[in-house]
Amino acid sequence: MIEIENLSKHYDGRAVVDDVTLAVADGEIAAIVGTSGSGKTTLLRMINRLVEPTSGTVRIDGRDILDQPPYQLRRQIGYAIQGHGLFPHHDVARNIATVPRLLGWDKAKIAARVDELLTLFQLEPEAYRHRMPHELSGGQKQRVGVARALAAGPAVLLMDEPFGALDPIIRAKAQEDLLDIQRRLGTTIVLVTHDMDEAIKLGNKIAVMSDGKVRQYAAPEEIIAAPADDFVLAMLGSGDRAFRLLSLKTAGQAVGPGPADGKPITAAASLREAYAEMLWSRREALPVERDGAIVGRVTRAACEAEATRP
Amino acid sequence: MALIGLVGLVVLPFVLFRANRIVQGEPLRAWEALGDSGIALVAVLGIALASLVIRTRLSVRLAICGGALLGLSIFVGLAASALIPEGDNFARVSAGSGFWLMAFAFALAGADALARLGLRPLARIGVLASVLAGLAGILMSGLWDDIDVLREYQSRAGAFWRELQVHLFLAFGAVGAAIAIGVPLGIVCYRIPRVRAGILGTLNVVQTVPSIALFGLLIAPMAWIGANIPGAAALGIAGIGYAPAFVALFAYSLLPMVSNTVVGLDGVPRDANEAARGMGMTNGQRLTQILLPLAFPVILTGIRIVLVQNIGLAVIAGLIGGGGLGTFVFQGITQTAMPLVLLGAIPAVVMAFAAAIILDAGVELSQGRKSTSR
Repeated sequence: MIEIENLSKHYDGRAVVDDVTLAVADGEIAAIVGTSGSGKTTLLRMINRLVEPTSGTVRIDGRDILDQPPYQLRRQIGYAIQGHGLFPHHDVARNIATVPRLLGWDKAKIAARVDELLTLFQLEPEAYRHRMPHELSGGQKQRVGVARALAAGPAVLLMDEPFGALDPIIRAKAQEDLLDIQRRLGTTIVLVTHDMDEAIKLGNKIAVMSDGKVRQYAAPEEIIAAPADDFVLAMLGSGDRAFRLLSLKTAGQAVGPGPADGKPITAAASLREAYAEMLWSRREALPVERDGAIVGRVTRAACEAEATRP
Repeated sequence: MALIGLVGLVVLPFVLFRANRIVQGEPLRAWEALGDSGIALVAVLGIALASLVIRTRLSVRLAICGGALLGLSIFVGLAASALIPEGDNFARVSAGSGFWLMAFAFALAGADALARLGLRPLARIGVLASVLAGLAGILMSGLWDDIDVLREYQSRAGAFWRELQVHLFLAFGAVGAAIAIGVPLGIVCYRIPRVRAGILGTLNVVQTVPSIALFGLLIAPMAWIGANIPGAAALGIAGIGYAPAFVALFAYSLLPMVSNTVVGLDGVPRDANEAARGMGMTNGQRLTQILLPLAFPVILTGIRIVLVQNIGLAVIAGLIGGGGLGTFVFQGITQTAMPLVLLGAIPAVVMAFAAAIILDAGVELSQGRKSTSR
């Protein structure tokens, strides 16, 4: 549980973060989205005291973050940044072991943890343990960067545009992997992004920021359905709102009885994908497949019902 | 290059013969000095020179240059022994301009071939070691004992080794002190941007003072320290002598050390530094585990610059009684005895050259360890 209360940061009298109050429940992903200069990164960096607040408080699991020296606080919080920030002179294992080493774990425990994380991030430990960062692809570096942030098993993970440097295909995969790992580990994540699609895809809650203020902090459905002001609306792109709503639900959630022809769609696919497929292949309905069996169909009418303002 | 060598081979004298140290030398060409074997030498060297013009494999070229240099070295020694009458301690034979020119031509061609071979750092150190071993072998074999430079050495062997020690102490000591003071100063400049301009500016001014002027300028304050601070005189601190020489070399070393440290630290990837902070390294851990290791190749480059510069510059210390190989150089100049000048200059050049090769290899190795290359 992260509780941020009346948190402000002033530089030369100008408020970069202005009186922000929000809470992130355990195991949730909070996405902070905003344009550049909105104060989103500063807000994130105040949580691990890379930036010291001008006023206000932050509590993690009820404990004020000012209660301990910054370096001790940071060892308990995962931190992953854009461009991964791997140490170029250390191999993959040593990079991942950074925080456990700082915490003084014994060697065997560190080695076991490194292998466990490499496996979790689909990097064969034998092959990757002793590679240097420059011998990795962009996607692999990013995965090692997140593995390093999770090495000491932190309850909270802060991510600053973690997928910003990846191309769209690798980014989509990285986002899914992150969701998967987060569900398994139950880590509470605060993630900064400028990409509303990414925020909607990853966030249980989204905080939309501009000029240092949080304009709206709510679940994605609510942000799309009822944007608090024109800025939030602009961030959503008003023309895309119906499709964004569709992207929140899966075909499996809208499945109904009845027959349909042609190639089936998986139950995990979003309604946005299902609707696009119907338009493309001139069909009124698609068969829905779950675990290899057809479980029903999803229709254009069902999609359209989901896409209208609630 | 071959043309230069050819001029050296045919036109200019191979050796100079003097009945004693002071008289005008008598120039002798190779065949005049060595007779029939001299003609053979000229023929072989001529072929070697001609081969430099045609395009050959680099390794062949290198072997030709190495062989030619070895041949030159051996025959110049033989020529000296042949020319000097048995038991004559006054006659002097020195290598003539022809020898030097040919040695220069082959050394240049050899170095060029070596550079183009693109050897790995450790292999370069190996080549250096074998060249130095060869040189030592020739010196110990006594082949060159009749050449003037070694004649000078024989008459002052004790002084030579003593001054060589002083020379090394001056050069390496000043570098050591510059590392001990310069690296921390560089870290301060990096951490506190406000003092950076001031420190680097001051050191820049020091660097622009001509070296002889700096040695001179230090005489007065050092003399004062020696006279007025208890214990200073006992350490040998005085207006002249090794103390001002040491201080001057140290002062020159400081700017490259500080600025290379700053540049190296500035060059550490921003996101690596940021990640180190964000993961909970203390400032000290960040400095020793991230910043200094990543800045190390640039700092080592600074050490290389300073060490090579100091080995050369320490010669000037001879001028203010600081000792070192410069002693022979300045003695030789005042006595117009060229061999004596060479006795001081050649070891200094060889040491500077060796230091440059070793540290360059070190810089390359330290870079290869982390990234980009490959």
